[in-house]
Amino acid sequence: MAENTNPQQHPTHKAPTDRIPTDRIPTVIADDVDIVYRVNGTGAGRGSATAALNRILRRKQTEKAAGVRKVHAVKKVSFVAYRGEAIGLIGTNGSGKSTLLKAVAGLLPVENGRIYTDGQPSLLGVNAALMNDLTGERNVHLGGLAMGMSREQIKERYQEIVDFSGINEKGDFITLPMRTYSSGMAARLRFSIAAAKDHDVLLIDEALATGDRSFQKRSEARIRELRKHAGTVFLVSHNNKSIRDTCDRVLWLERGELRMDGPTDEVLKEYEAFTGDKNDRSDKAAKPKPKPVPLPS
Amino acid sequence: MTQALHTPPPTISAPPAPPAPPEADLAALAARHGLSVSGARPSLPEYIRQLWARRHFIGAFATAKLTAQYSQAKLGQVWQVLTPLLNAAVYYFIFGKLMGTSRGIPDFIPFLVTGVFVWTFTQSSIMAGTRAISGNLGLVRALHFPRAALPISFALQQFQQLMFSMAALVVILLCFGTPVAASWVLAVPALVLQSVFNTGIAMIMARMGAKTPDIAQLMPFVLRTWMYASGVMFSISHMMSKHTDWPSWVTSALQANPAAVYIDLMRFALIDSFHASQLPPHVWAIATGWALLAGVGGFIYFWKAEETYGRG
Repeated sequence: MAENTNPQQHPTHKAPTDRIPTDRIPTVIADDVDIVYRVNGTGAGRGSATAALNRILRRKQTEKAAGVRKVHAVKKVSFVAYRGEAIGLIGTNGSGKSTLLKAVAGLLPVENGRIYTDGQPSLLGVNAALMNDLTGERNVHLGGLAMGMSREQIKERYQEIVDFSGINEKGDFITLPMRTYSSGMAARLRFSIAAAKDHDVLLIDEALATGDRSFQKRSEARIRELRKHAGTVFLVSHNNKSIRDTCDRVLWLERGELRMDGPTDEVLKEYEAFTGDKNDRSDKAAKPKPKPVPLPS
Repeated sequence: MTQALHTPPPTISAPPAPPAPPEADLAALAARHGLSVSGARPSLPEYIRQLWARRHFIGAFATAKLTAQYSQAKLGQVWQVLTPLLNAAVYYFIFGKLMGTSRGIPDFIPFLVTGVFVWTFTQSSIMAGTRAISGNLGLVRALHFPRAALPISFALQQFQQLMFSMAALVVILLCFGTPVAASWVLAVPALVLQSVFNTGIAMIMARMGAKTPDIAQLMPFVLRTWMYASGVMFSISHMMSKHTDWPSWVTSALQANPAAVYIDLMRFALIDSFHASQLPPHVWAIATGWALLAGVGGFIYFWKAEETYGRG
């Protein structure tokens, strides 16, 4: 399946049938979601001993005074995603895109509000489960098991994963420890493992940007394929081009707030105006929120 | 991707319906379509089922960690056996030669080495458990699996490590002329009970360590104190016969100490000069009780906080 490298006549993947759901079954519902990170040992005392003591002794008192800094990463975000939609998440660095994605995956607890999902959304990525000291071969097994595949499924797809990664194109590298791989090779193997599983709700965090040109084309084709099998896809990317190619709806997050939610073209136009010429933003992107409220930090 | 640049922007044949105006009650919409709350804690039976489904991952992760540990060393996996042997040698030098705790203990070297190995199993399971969540936040935040898989996997890794040590121990026993006896079979139930106990404690420590990472700094001291109270390099029963003036709660506490119980059971199983009279009364009941208490209690305690692991 994945060997089918030539991405067939471009965006044919957007079969109109799966794009406009007729009965609109919701798959992910975010209801007024707040996500807050707490970071120890920053803030006033900056990790000094007295600040730490303060923190322990006056536990229930104001967290700010105790040197715990709260980072309000996502603020009051609500949306409903329907089956068959491909939703892009855009926003400048640190705007809370990846955080929101992790919360949808159920990996980060929300502070307020609720996230409802149909089945278990999964994040495309296994980096954390892989070990550099092990061979590529063992990492394929480990990564597959970590994603919840059975041993039989892995055995079945093993060759496919290795071929797709192209690791063995330049010799028998799959039996060498991953620490001996170049960063590009390692990234390719990671993507190949991650993309080997089918998902109900698929969350992709800038996974497209790895490897060389030919591998990028292959991975785009693979993502399109995954999209076909998945009910709903979320894609976080800074590449407006790949958002345009893949998504039919876009959520624009800025400073943790949902700034816009709508069809790809509309939102991207505003977003490009916002990032392209910052001075103009109050005129052009004034729609939902003329002036982003600065973070009180 | 450049190739894609020539692609005309996808024509929107029928623009997707505008994002649904936030329905008055999103929770009701979710309920109507049977959606579940993301990241909610599953029920206990469901949790056990999920954990069972991940058993191959638990095994593979433990083995992978164990292999990765020495993969850069020249001697490689030889260190699996060498490390516990060197440990035992150091303790022998200090406690056997310099401090003379060996007096009155026949077969001191097998006695000491068994103690060191069995204790190291408990100690490193607890240490690894403390860092199981806090040291693997990347994994916890990237993938979905019952989090108990991590402390269990780390305890399993220590168990595998112990198997290497036990192989070394058998060689040592034979070298020092300890006869192979039918009682060696008793090592199996003793090990099983100790493993359950260790895994339970590892899960308790994993939850505590996830909330307060500082515990990892504190644990070495707690564990060292515990070790000196567990008769790793001296005989508790000798000690007690020498100090008959100790209050009874001290002796019962020493005898009920789970680490001491598991160590003595292993010595009883393997060393023929270690007699049943040196074991505390009701020793198997105590060993089973601790295993059940720690195993079941630790699992439930860990599961209670399942949805909070991984918060930044």
